[in-house]
Amino acid sequence: MLPQASTLAKNFDILFNNIFWFSLISFALVIGAMIYFAIRYHRTRRDPFKTPYITGHHLMEISVSVGLLIVVMVIFVWGWVDYKKLLKAPSDSLEIQVLAKQWFWEFQYPEGRKLTNELVVPLNQPVKLIMTSSDVIHSFFVPNFRVKQDVVPGQYTTLWFTATQLGEHSILCAEFCGTGHSKMLGMVKVVNAEEFQQWKKTTPSIPAVSKNPQEWGKELFSQKMCNTCHAITTQKLVGPGLFGIFGKEVELEGGKKVARDENYIRESLMQPQAKVVKGFPPAMPTFQGTLTDEEVNALIVYIKNLK
Amino acid sequence: MSHANYLEEGGFWSWFTTRDHKRIGVMYLLTNLIFLAIGGIFAILIRVELFSPGPLFSADVYNKFFTFHGAIMIFMFIIPVIPAALGNFFLPILIGAKDVAFPRLNLASYYIFVGGALLAALALVTGGVDTGWTFYTPYSIRTQTSVILVTLGVFVMGFSSILTGLNFMVTVHKLRAPGMTFHRMPLFVWAIYATAIIQVLATPVIGITTLLLVMERVLGIGFFDPQLGGDPILFQHFFWFYSHPAVYIMILPAMGIISEVITVFSRKHIFGYKAIAYSSLAIAFISFLVWGHHMFVSGESQWANFLFSLLTMLVAIPTAIKIFNWTATMYKGSIHLQTPMLYALSFIFLFTIGGLTGLFLAALSVDVHLHDTYFVVAHFHYVMMGGTVMGFLAGLHYWWPKMFGRMYPEILGKISWFFIFVGFNVTFLPQFYLGKLGMPRRYHEYAQNFTFLNQVSTVGSWLINVGFLLMFAYLIYSLFKGKKAENNPWGAKTLEWQLPSPPTMHNFDETPQVIEGPYQYGVLKS
Repeated sequence: MLPQASTLAKNFDILFNNIFWFSLISFALVIGAMIYFAIRYHRTRRDPFKTPYITGHHLMEISVSVGLLIVVMVIFVWGWVDYKKLLKAPSDSLEIQVLAKQWFWEFQYPEGRKLTNELVVPLNQPVKLIMTSSDVIHSFFVPNFRVKQDVVPGQYTTLWFTATQLGEHSILCAEFCGTGHSKMLGMVKVVNAEEFQQWKKTTPSIPAVSKNPQEWGKELFSQKMCNTCHAITTQKLVGPGLFGIFGKEVELEGGKKVARDENYIRESLMQPQAKVVKGFPPAMPTFQGTLTDEEVNALIVYIKNLK
Repeated sequence: MSHANYLEEGGFWSWFTTRDHKRIGVMYLLTNLIFLAIGGIFAILIRVELFSPGPLFSADVYNKFFTFHGAIMIFMFIIPVIPAALGNFFLPILIGAKDVAFPRLNLASYYIFVGGALLAALALVTGGVDTGWTFYTPYSIRTQTSVILVTLGVFVMGFSSILTGLNFMVTVHKLRAPGMTFHRMPLFVWAIYATAIIQVLATPVIGITTLLLVMERVLGIGFFDPQLGGDPILFQHFFWFYSHPAVYIMILPAMGIISEVITVFSRKHIFGYKAIAYSSLAIAFISFLVWGHHMFVSGESQWANFLFSLLTMLVAIPTAIKIFNWTATMYKGSIHLQTPMLYALSFIFLFTIGGLTGLFLAALSVDVHLHDTYFVVAHFHYVMMGGTVMGFLAGLHYWWPKMFGRMYPEILGKISWFFIFVGFNVTFLPQFYLGKLGMPRRYHEYAQNFTFLNQVSTVGSWLINVGFLLMFAYLIYSLFKGKKAENNPWGAKTLEWQLPSPPTMHNFDETPQVIEGPYQYGVLKS
């Protein structure tokens, strides 16, 4: 059996088992009847020319339909309620950026620490992963946690969990991504809160990018001349001021409303004309090909923290 | 008798220009069986690789194996085999017609199919293709393998499917014999009719999708690759908008066969004729509205997931009605367990498992864990092989005497059935458990703890193989040495059994007058 190593795993197991028992009973009834009929009414026992003329029975058909409809609706609602829990990360989650590449996982912590194929998280602490891919579609899958989410290039998807069991839990890639697909393996390492603090102290906040993403984002913000058009206060320049905008809704040209989340900021950098805020000219150039994925991530972290 | 039968009239070359629906059906059957054999070889190779956790073939070679297995079995065997082979042969006869509405178009659709299939098969010798049969972007845009050949092949074969569907729809509407009202049509005809609607409406979408993919690869137009400004999820929507209804293109005709075989071998009127007929149409309709259930973890919006999960649950109702009615048909019958009936009962057995495991996958939270694991692999093999292939084999044995005028050897038929049925369960039951334990699909290597279940599965694939080899051998043998078939060896009531075995070129010397439904067995109540 699979260990239940997250707060979400139990929900899955309960619903899975319920559907399993319902299926087993239905299967036994149908196949039991079929086998019984095949033996009881076998041609050696029944004259082929004296079978009764039965053409159907509406009440039975309707009862079967309605009965099954009720059961599948229960399964549907149950699945939906549990699924909602998978979507909503608690607000105190530890946020970690995930970049999937052919064929490994890169995890970047808020302070800039970067790990490959190893995700160290504290026990009983909600963790939210903000994931994107630098090449093809991958899928982040931890069987022991019963969570899975496709990781798509060009956009962000998220996934959260709270680990409830110390130790190591496999990370697999579930979406076929080429030659190394079955070797794109990682490990979630769940440690005590104290150990986690210890680990943070002993593991340097890493040279790979060499920068804390927030500071790097700040540098980029002036390097790439973002500050020409966007103030980091609420002041309007050519474009909107960016202070405190993250996560808030805004009205667009045309009247639609949109939440300014990671995907919105990324899209605004890559395809600035796609969603223009009401009252502003569509003046921003695209940064497609100018900014790397890491740089976009850093800018997002910077904008997120303007508050 | 004045006329020679359809197999003997004219010389060898006359087959290539024939407009006779029976001959075209036989040519499709032969072509599809060849692709079944090729697809089967790849299946065996996949299972051989997975016998041990480590590599035997290289990852790239293995990735090509499962891509070819999937693409060949889906596009060149399961989709065409029942409608285009058995449907072509029997649909006109079952409604008392002398041919389909557009015989030339029928021959054209065969050649288009062969052309498309050869185009796709060309990829076998030009380095293969490694995307999986689903061609997900952006992988399919960036891989160095022959994606263009295969997708163009799928595009071309799509036309064949559309033309066949169109032909069958017009045939059913326009060529029914006097007295053959819609409600006197055999249920196989209803099933092929419902299938034809899906073929005509859904297939153009896969055509456009594969064409867009080719344009993106060749011309660099950014539809699906984010690097070119495209959206990879859009491809999945387009792909499944066809490929989900296509699942019903595969299963509905098999359900039609089961309705025929169960009644004949139970000597009972079908239980709930209208419920079965209309549930085919209901399934065809709902099939267009559930494609998003393939994408629950793709990042699709939660409300799309809500709706797709809800609608998917509804598919259970018409499906369960059919299973209930087939089982009820056996009640107080006189049941003859010949090979076709054994396959029909296997269909009910395996398809019920396939359907019930669909409930797990339709439930959103449960699908999150099971998606893209071996649970899904097992589920669709129970539906597609346990369902469609068992239905096809039931139909093949049931109609073999009519098609070729020879009986297949009954005892060998039963032995071969035993190997296929047992082998199937040995192969695929363990895969449900592998999936629940978290083994992803399309895995070239796997963790040590999955070894035992994988080995059981591989042994099962050998059993299936033995069954199929035996079947191919005795079917070929029976063509030459089989016992001559009577006109109506099963004592069935539908029109094809009133013709000689095999039928003459023009089916009916006189147009039949239909005065009653197709399942008038048993003692009539006063």
